[in-house]
Amino acid sequence: MIDQIFTASVFASAIRLATPYIFAAIGETFTQRSGVLNLGVDGIMLMGGFMGFYVVHLAEKAEVLASPIGLLLGVLVALLVGALMGLAMAFISVTLQAKQGISGIGVYLFGLGFSELLFQQLIGTPQSVEGFQRIAFPFNLNQVPVIGEIFFNHNLLVYLAFALVPIAAYVLNKTTFGLMIRAVGQNPEAADAMGINVAQVRYATVIIGGMLAGLAGASLTIAVGKVFQQNVTAGIGFIAVALVYFGGWRPYHVMMGALLFSFVNALQLQIKVIGLNVPSEFATMAPYVITIIALAFASKRQEQPTALTKPFERGE
Amino acid sequence: MNDSSTVTRILRLTRLNQVIDFFPVLVALLLALVVASILLVALNANPFDAFSSMLQGAFGTENATAETLVKATPILFVAIGITVAFRGGMINIGGEGQMIMGAIAGTTVALIFGEGNGFITITLAMIVGFIAGALYGGLAGFLKAYFDVNEILSTIMLNQIAVQMMNFLLNGVLLDPADAGINHIPKTARIAEVAQLPRLFIPIGEPAIFERTRLHYGLLIAIVLAVIIYIFLWRTAMGYRIRAVGENERASRYAGINVKRQMIFSMLLAGGFAGLAGVVQVLGLQYRLQTDGSPIGFTGNAGFNGIVAALFGGLNPIGAIPASAFFGGLLVGAQKMQRDLGVPASLITAVNGLIVVFVVSSEIFIRRRAKRRVSVESSEDNLKKTVEVKE
Repeated sequence: MIDQIFTASVFASAIRLATPYIFAAIGETFTQRSGVLNLGVDGIMLMGGFMGFYVVHLAEKAEVLASPIGLLLGVLVALLVGALMGLAMAFISVTLQAKQGISGIGVYLFGLGFSELLFQQLIGTPQSVEGFQRIAFPFNLNQVPVIGEIFFNHNLLVYLAFALVPIAAYVLNKTTFGLMIRAVGQNPEAADAMGINVAQVRYATVIIGGMLAGLAGASLTIAVGKVFQQNVTAGIGFIAVALVYFGGWRPYHVMMGALLFSFVNALQLQIKVIGLNVPSEFATMAPYVITIIALAFASKRQEQPTALTKPFERGE
Repeated sequence: MNDSSTVTRILRLTRLNQVIDFFPVLVALLLALVVASILLVALNANPFDAFSSMLQGAFGTENATAETLVKATPILFVAIGITVAFRGGMINIGGEGQMIMGAIAGTTVALIFGEGNGFITITLAMIVGFIAGALYGGLAGFLKAYFDVNEILSTIMLNQIAVQMMNFLLNGVLLDPADAGINHIPKTARIAEVAQLPRLFIPIGEPAIFERTRLHYGLLIAIVLAVIIYIFLWRTAMGYRIRAVGENERASRYAGINVKRQMIFSMLLAGGFAGLAGVVQVLGLQYRLQTDGSPIGFTGNAGFNGIVAALFGGLNPIGAIPASAFFGGLLVGAQKMQRDLGVPASLITAVNGLIVVFVVSSEIFIRRRAKRRVSVESSEDNLKKTVEVKE
């Protein structure tokens, strides 16, 4: 029975399902490292997910735009929507210094309602798109038993997500920008005294986080899931925020957290598929229970940005 | 003496100052209405038609008003709890889950003790529902106090867990025996008539106002509790401690207040009221615990709407009363708007989000006004002292 549960396809699913989590969580890592908590990620994902889906849906219906261009447009639109919502969130959190937890919930509710509204007006019934297809690797790597299925059978966005992790780690740890981000998150007063424009850095990170959240949503609707419906994210954005805590604000650890989480997800889906005698509700519950436990025992004390959720005003 | 301090003095004397503090909330609502109108126009709907249709749907007839108040009841219960939590510095997003837990516990009690004394059954069910919701909220409070787990994240997770728990129980142990079959609806048996909350109506006229509607005593209970919590928060030592921790955690700790205990206590209260929302929904309206499998099948999103109502009520339980009525009206009116104009009711969710953002963003203006007030007052005092010393 073990071999029925831990099949190659489960591991492959785990990698694939981790994609939206990784995009959103890496984006949120940047945001939180600079001291801002963006809880509206799920709402931004929904908006980016819908807009990307809609563009691809139109492109595929029209059959005018060659498939890759339609997909590229979808991704760009999702990034743009994410950037806009990130800009709004930055304005709310940095300039207006609104309480960050609850303002994020407001952005979430807005994204939830507006994406559903647009969906009902523009599309109507749940549809699917062709979206991103598997990449054909040379040397028939796709066909290699076990390894091929797990690692070489994914679409472009999946590989992009995992490629983003070392890039994010490099930017945060080895560039001046990353240094500014970290300084602003740990000690905004000192950073300000050193001449760093705290507000500007935070605007940048929140917008980056928004863009990646939009991309995360699109990855869900046109690459991993290929369908849009009301509340298609079902809380993925919130779990992504939790993953940042769990990963100690470090990109590689966040990625491991995302993989662990999506592995549990893939497992519970498999358990349902093979009809094991576990009530489906408990299987569905499992990821959320694990998230709470992970939050409780996260090794966060070392790296938690000291200024997280604290607005900064010059001269205070 | 400059002009602004004279104006401030007049405002202070006439208490208009405190009224002006509500302005940001009203401005927030206005802004949200403006954005909603823009969205409506973009959807090819006339904003005036939409708003008047909503108004009609919410308060147009006696039945409509009753339905609005029926919808407002659980929202008010949750809003009272959220107010306590927020005032205690805890952001409780777990209203949905706590409501579900309270409903499960309360319904079970009502089913077990169904045939006995109605008053005792109802009271017991409500107490048990309160405790169940309180424990569920207290769990998040405990995780925050002792494990530093962000309570927003934990309560959101707990919400999802509660939904699954409810689905599991309603499809299994609690399922109505009369309905067990392949295609059953997930619901419990109906509670006995003595355990049902009586209908609420105003004894004027024949038939009495609201007599033939679904309005029930839950609303009255909620309003009474709102007043009690107001007194609790602002006129008791316990309430003061809660608010102190919410305003300034560090100062409270130095003052000797056990911050961890207050955190858990705030969440216990908040969860308890949300749990009450769940019990009262069952005892007063549906007479059984039923869902449609979706996360909001039972709660109707009262958990989230309660948060918005609490904010909109200025984080004051008394203010939550009209705020909840307003949101009940929004929900009921939106359905009519959807029927009349084809505008999806999900517009309301988006508008709710906007209201939250605008209300929370307006805090900065209140803070700036408060700072100016303090500095003006203290400079006046300094001036007086200098004059006295000189003489």
